[in-house]
Amino acid sequence: MGNLFSAKNKEVFSTPISMNNPVTIQVLGICSALAVTSKLEPAIVMGLSVTIITAFANVVISLLRKTVPNRIRIIVQLVVVAALVTIVSELLKAFAYDVSVQLSVYVGLIITNCILMGRLEAFAMANGPWESCLDGIGNGLGYAKVLVITAFFRELLGSGTLFNVNILNYDTIKSLGYVNNGLMLMPPMALIIVACLIWYQRAKHKELQEK
Amino acid sequence: MNTNSNAYTIIYASVMVVIVAFLLAFVNSGLRERQNKNIELDTKKQILSSLGVKDVTDADAAFAGVDAQDMIVNEDGTLAPYEGKFVTAYEKEAKENGRTHIFVCMVDGQTKYVIPVYGAGLWGAIWGYVALNSDKNTVYGTYFSHASETPGLGAEITATWFQTQFEGKHVMDGTTVALSVEKNGKVEKPEFQVDGISGGTITSKGVDAMLKACLANYTKFLTSNE
Repeated sequence: MGNLFSAKNKEVFSTPISMNNPVTIQVLGICSALAVTSKLEPAIVMGLSVTIITAFANVVISLLRKTVPNRIRIIVQLVVVAALVTIVSELLKAFAYDVSVQLSVYVGLIITNCILMGRLEAFAMANGPWESCLDGIGNGLGYAKVLVITAFFRELLGSGTLFNVNILNYDTIKSLGYVNNGLMLMPPMALIIVACLIWYQRAKHKELQEK
Repeated sequence: MNTNSNAYTIIYASVMVVIVAFLLAFVNSGLRERQNKNIELDTKKQILSSLGVKDVTDADAAFAGVDAQDMIVNEDGTLAPYEGKFVTAYEKEAKENGRTHIFVCMVDGQTKYVIPVYGAGLWGAIWGYVALNSDKNTVYGTYFSHASETPGLGAEITATWFQTQFEGKHVMDGTTVALSVEKNGKVEKPEFQVDGISGGTITSKGVDAMLKACLANYTKFLTSNE
């Protein structure tokens, strides 16, 4: 247990946040990135929820990995994820009702998030519980990071607010001819912003470019 | 052990499903009471919000503070007190039990009537509460919420600007419900109509249909002069 924070484990934790980001490099979890990023608040809540669920699901599957029959492993993973999400949603309804109201549909979306299935299948099935936990948190945070950046631009330029606080909707700014861009609130703009993030990351890191 | 044999796979799947089913049933029944209480408190907060009482911490006390009486509207338009357990599913109450609820409240010495409304938006259910002045016609305040409308578009029905538009509007034009949501900028009768949400057309239409359908159940009460 002396090497809980060994160089390899640090790498497992940190690469998904940047150089192997699940959204910008592996292009997973795009569907929910479109759905929840028109405002900052749901984006953050969704990012944190996915982080927690991915970490727990990774640990559970990692503990079960040697007993899971190969032919039904995807079903087993799905059952674990669905059960976890349902329990979290029930707990929220009982102890943090306001948060559960805010999350509403996003809880269900977590089950279908490709990042979860991707990490369970690619990492937790082959690694120990502690590494899997780090991997889950890392990937969740990597996903959250992209969500927050996208939501920041969409809410600011689309509604002129951040966290529902007015930033740009003042007469002095509007008299200069500025108008909120309603297109920013539509799903296609999320794709375009994510694409810009991918572009930026690949331009900055030459080793990510395909030959 | 051979984890790929048919017998192992079937037993594994069965055991897993049974364990998960018991776990979920246990969690659900253990938390049910707490959840129902939360839903009840939340419903009370929503009713209070339509009366302009916002940011309530103790919903039960605040609900008693406006002297809210849960009443049932009879077929002839008169009111009778409701004696049962506090209900939160008003659509089910109206359709299955034939009870149309109305809350009679006192705000600053004035009688207010709060009518629950429910309908469908673009992606899921929408609902709300319409508070009326003692003349049973002028809107005092509204509250709307939704299950899964698009943030920034249809979900704007929860925004203050949308809800305050209704204040002072009239509900009934003769014996029909005239209170309605029009396409943004197409309001012709400002006495009854409010602006919809640009980009949230289907949700706006949903609110419009919800108001017309639910308030129509109260026509007898709203047009009686008692």
